[in-house]
Amino acid sequence: MTDTAVHRIGRWALARIVRLGHATAFLHVLLVRSWRLPSRPGPAAAKAARLVVHQLFSVGVLTLAIILVSGIFVGMVLGLQGYNTLVDFGSEASLGLLVALSLTRELGPVVTALLFAGRAGSALTAEIGLMKATEQLAGMEMMAVNPMTRVIAPRFVAGLISLPLLAAMFTVIGIYGGYVVGVIQLGVDAGVYWSQMQDRVDFYDDVVNGLIKGVVFGFVVSWIAVFEGYDSVPTSAGVASATTRTVVSASLAVLGLDFIMTALMMGGS
Amino acid sequence: MLNNRLIEFWVGVFVIAGLVALTMLAFRVSNLTAMETVDGYKVTARFNNVGQLKVKAPITLAGVRIGRVSEIVFDSDKYQAVVTLEIDGRFRKIPRDSSASILTAGLLGEQYVGLEAGADEEFLRQGDSLMLTQSALVLEKLIGQLVANLASSSGKK
Amino acid sequence: MNSPSTPDRDVLVDIRDVHFARAGRPVLQGMRLSVARGRITVILGGSGCGKTTLLNLIGGRLRPDRGEILVDGQSVPSLGTRALYELRKRMALLFQSGALFTDLTVFENVAFPIREHTRLPESLLRKVVLMKLETVGLRGARDLMPAELSGGMARRVALARAIALDPMMVMYDEPFTGLDPISMGVIAQLIRNLNRALGITSVVVTHDVAEAMTIADHVYLIGDGRVIAEGGPQAMQASSEEHVRQFLDGLPDGPVRFHYPAADYVDDLRHPGSRA
Repeated sequence: MTDTAVHRIGRWALARIVRLGHATAFLHVLLVRSWRLPSRPGPAAAKAARLVVHQLFSVGVLTLAIILVSGIFVGMVLGLQGYNTLVDFGSEASLGLLVALSLTRELGPVVTALLFAGRAGSALTAEIGLMKATEQLAGMEMMAVNPMTRVIAPRFVAGLISLPLLAAMFTVIGIYGGYVVGVIQLGVDAGVYWSQMQDRVDFYDDVVNGLIKGVVFGFVVSWIAVFEGYDSVPTSAGVASATTRTVVSASLAVLGLDFIMTALMMGGS
Repeated sequence: MLNNRLIEFWVGVFVIAGLVALTMLAFRVSNLTAMETVDGYKVTARFNNVGQLKVKAPITLAGVRIGRVSEIVFDSDKYQAVVTLEIDGRFRKIPRDSSASILTAGLLGEQYVGLEAGADEEFLRQGDSLMLTQSALVLEKLIGQLVANLASSSGKK
Repeated sequence: MNSPSTPDRDVLVDIRDVHFARAGRPVLQGMRLSVARGRITVILGGSGCGKTTLLNLIGGRLRPDRGEILVDGQSVPSLGTRALYELRKRMALLFQSGALFTDLTVFENVAFPIREHTRLPESLLRKVVLMKLETVGLRGARDLMPAELSGGMARRVALARAIALDPMMVMYDEPFTGLDPISMGVIAQLIRNLNRALGITSVVVTHDVAEAMTIADHVYLIGDGRVIAEGGPQAMQASSEEHVRQFLDGLPDGPVRFHYPAADYVDDLRHPGSRA
């Protein structure tokens, strides 16, 4: 049988489509299970809440440090670069505006999502993949406990909640980073830094749209992470490649979706 | 592994910090508060040309921001722009004969409405209209005038 | 063999003419066997002959391509998710790896199914867990993490967890593999005690002939996806059938070939290009 490039491309495309189908079917079950988490009878709902809280810790709290440190540095770089560009036009008064707009619209949600994919997404995939490889998920099933409800859905929900909150923190700390460089170091007036920002950053067009991006990225990154873990080949090599795939595909998905959403938001306003 | 109470504590800190950040984005970074002028009142002003003035542009009096442009409509009878100015309730004592002009912040900056206080004993109230207005300066017209002035002055020599 | 219309009260698991293929490769081809209630049934077979698949079919984690699987009179492949989960609460599967939750202590591992399925108050739950751990002799190890346990101890903890809800049946997947002789003896002892004392029906899948023969009430020898021979342990030991002899005596060549099926040896060496 000859194996031409066309055959190979066709086979590759078919494999992608099949995998996308699996991921979609998985998402359906995942959403149903996540939706039912809070609506379970009394004590079960409390138990589900506790599971989500535990995952918020490992997904959200443990990602906090990298988000805050990155946020302050990104803000400082924006302050420095922005000042040097604006000062040529004599409009360094707009520094606060530039920093705030860049962060709320783009850098806040996007950089947070990329860091989140690397820090929390990969950990989610590896953890679920290892649970599968060591038969913990199968063991749970045989104990009549649905791993989708017990393991996967709480992690997904925690990711969904964490990312927008992290993005908001990233944005705020970044604005203070810009403040440190622009106001304290380079001498832009503090009042001007804030007033220009408040005048021109729109709550709906900039802040809410940024928040929507955060929610969408949280959804996509968490979905990819738990799917790759659940679908991984249960060997050490399989878990390793699933972890890599999570970071790569989640990052690409974030950047692609960011473009689409930005186009839609700009067009809509 | 950390115990439950510590995890719950840190998750609490995390969620509160996230909400604080969101609140700051709403009230410190963006214009959510500035948009909702508390207890404000609206007056209108007619301009022959509003230039680049946009809704939500600031209104200042003696350089202090006292409100926002809430609406710009075209009056097809008089071929004028009717600008609705929403002034914050804290600034009640503005004379009725104050004038409004459309000014530009800096060389390339955004346009805003600058009020200049008059001398009337009466103060502006909801629904009043400003009589004295000065339209936006259009750069092309200015240059045109300048060139004409230069030409005429050099012609006199 | 029972007819489908009259399920035998003494038969807990009945597997009738089951076919199953994975990725086009047949694993089970016309498997028939039955597990007697309250007895220890041992399923012997070489590595990769479908023993684990069989347990997964009984547990409802896989569906057969053809055939019927009855557990306590219920047809497992046709059960809905809810009914299947109800059935699973009454049967346990002991995984070869133990499948303990690595982030929970020994105590919490054993408590897990109880917490999930019952609403016992904490004081009562503690008593139940300690009783189960005492059964496997690991009450003192309750605060250890799974990573701190030896292979034999991990399997005993897994066994304590498997019997936490007092199931009617426990299935053991290769319970003797990778253990030292003492641990092996301990596990064999536990399987026998649980069966004798609590009347738990036991299905033991293994390739370890010596241990299997000491605990079995009934033995099935499977190969090529079907039952090759069956009988009591003594009858099997005395059998002169060549499959049985090869397996029990561990002969390298016999009806089960030493060579994996391949092209002719000389041809293969002459054509360096083909890798198949």
